[in-house]
Amino acid sequence: MKIEGQVRIPSGCAIAAVISKEGNRMSGEMIANSMKPMHDRSNGLGGGFAGYGIYPEYRDFYALHLFYNSRSTRKDCEVFLKERFEIVKSEILPTRKIPAITDEPVIWRYFVAPLQSVLTSMQLDEKEFVARTVMKINTDMPGAYVFSSGKNMGTFKAVGFPEDVGVFYRLDEYEGYSWTAHGRYPTNTPGWWGGAHPFTLLDYSIVHNGEISSYDANRRFIEMFGYKCTLQTDTEVITYIMDYLIRVQGLTLNEAASVIAAPFWSTIEAKTDEADKQKHLFLRTAFSNLLITGPFSIVFGFNGGMMALNDRLKLRSMVVGEKDDKVFIASEEAAIRVMEPDAQNIFAPAGGEPVIVKVKDGAF
Amino acid sequence: MVINALNYEYTELNQVLRDSNGDCTITNCCGQRFIGAGISGRSITVSGIPGNALGAYLNGAQITVHANAQDAVGDTMNDGTIIIHGNIGDAAGYAMRGGHIFVKGNAGYRAGIHMKAYREKVPVMVIGGTAGSFLGEYQAGGIIIVLGLGTDGKKIVGNFPCTGMHGGTMYLRGDCSRVRFPGQVTTKTAAGDTLVAIRDYLSEFCELFGYPLDEILQETFTVVTPDSSNPYRQMYVAN
Repeated sequence: MKIEGQVRIPSGCAIAAVISKEGNRMSGEMIANSMKPMHDRSNGLGGGFAGYGIYPEYRDFYALHLFYNSRSTRKDCEVFLKERFEIVKSEILPTRKIPAITDEPVIWRYFVAPLQSVLTSMQLDEKEFVARTVMKINTDMPGAYVFSSGKNMGTFKAVGFPEDVGVFYRLDEYEGYSWTAHGRYPTNTPGWWGGAHPFTLLDYSIVHNGEISSYDANRRFIEMFGYKCTLQTDTEVITYIMDYLIRVQGLTLNEAASVIAAPFWSTIEAKTDEADKQKHLFLRTAFSNLLITGPFSIVFGFNGGMMALNDRLKLRSMVVGEKDDKVFIASEEAAIRVMEPDAQNIFAPAGGEPVIVKVKDGAF
Repeated sequence: MVINALNYEYTELNQVLRDSNGDCTITNCCGQRFIGAGISGRSITVSGIPGNALGAYLNGAQITVHANAQDAVGDTMNDGTIIIHGNIGDAAGYAMRGGHIFVKGNAGYRAGIHMKAYREKVPVMVIGGTAGSFLGEYQAGGIIIVLGLGTDGKKIVGNFPCTGMHGGTMYLRGDCSRVRFPGQVTTKTAAGDTLVAIRDYLSEFCELFGYPLDEILQETFTVVTPDSSNPYRQMYVAN
């Protein structure tokens, strides 16, 4: 086998996303196909998708997707789940057996509602309770990983090329108003099922192309607030940072973007809008440990919308296009053209400039 | 010869291209990389979206794209011409050491990063619209021209242009009063019609994309050059 240096490995991860502002639902086949022209950005060690609006019949229940390394782990975990949730449905997550995807763990899906009695006794709101439960399983239960935990959305990920992962999880059978996708090229961390993107908590999901130089500073800070980084890769910390900034601290998407991709001091200094300047000074000061340095392009998915963001130096590529009610985001324009050959207004957002797209009120 | 790229991955497409002779048109291109890498003496026309590193190491051929191009167009190109009738992605002309790149639209970040020149080898990049941040980062030679055409008052270049620039020349159309340049470069303004050194390139740009040269030259240009033979003098330590 030839190693890097003897053979050129053109790599760099791939991301793509599509959203209908009207809330029109699209099959997952389109987003899976969009990954094909970017095949060489991945190396087969991880691919995944998040779909929003895919479980309308269970929209009021948290959809938990879990990986188990054995049947006995599943039995143990289900005992734990039953102590905390009403489980309205419990099933094997449907997959196709294909040669390209092997060594799959036990993959299970639950639709659950937290038990009111438990919420009352713990004095927690529903989301905080679910988030803490996810952390507890991922930390304390060896061989069990919750990889999706939002309402009316789901994450599907595996070791393999993304286009194969889409076939494996039968994405053509789901319909969502928005989708995000990732093809992985792991550089420093193992390629395993739990390490594939997207990384999710509640309905928040992150797909990420890049590498976080500030990872451990970010991790140490965020772990002070009950989050635990257990998935052996840098990206998961972005998900927890976004959850902390938006759900816990109540920041807007724009403000959260200004924290993780903060403008340079010199750029803030040159701002002429005094209120805007003060706000950025505050955000950089209050959340200095949540500045994410190093290259990244990310798509942050949530119920009802998504946000695309580049690091402030824009060390990764990302383009945005649109057509009718749809907005497309991808590492390469070619991926957008696969989804919509006539996409218009193709542009590359500047580093640190968030692109936020929301589904119109009431349409999701 | 016409090559339908529809079902080719990039290695196959480039093999077909290398195995053919004479001028080529590639149709249905969608993200295949390294198109035309290292080739000489031919003309290639691309319809669709070429992948990253279009015309890398180009050695005298002419490549025309009738759409946008992705990242790293003309990476380390040596000679030839690349003509893009749309926008280009990041790091266009990366370490380019010869030849010409003409872009009708906008360039992404880091256009002309580490361009260099040696004697008769003088690379030239002309960008019709705007350029992103870090334009001409570590520029060591060659000519970068940005015209800011049809940009509706948008800043002609993003933040931190000319960072680490230590050679070559940059020409930005307009007075650039809103652009902040680093300390190691000198800017001066010049009337467009006095810029003899770049007149031929502008003329070629106008012919390619159908702009009137006179109008472009009516505006003043900001000419940027590094201001010493040792621009790194104080960057890390006094040396």
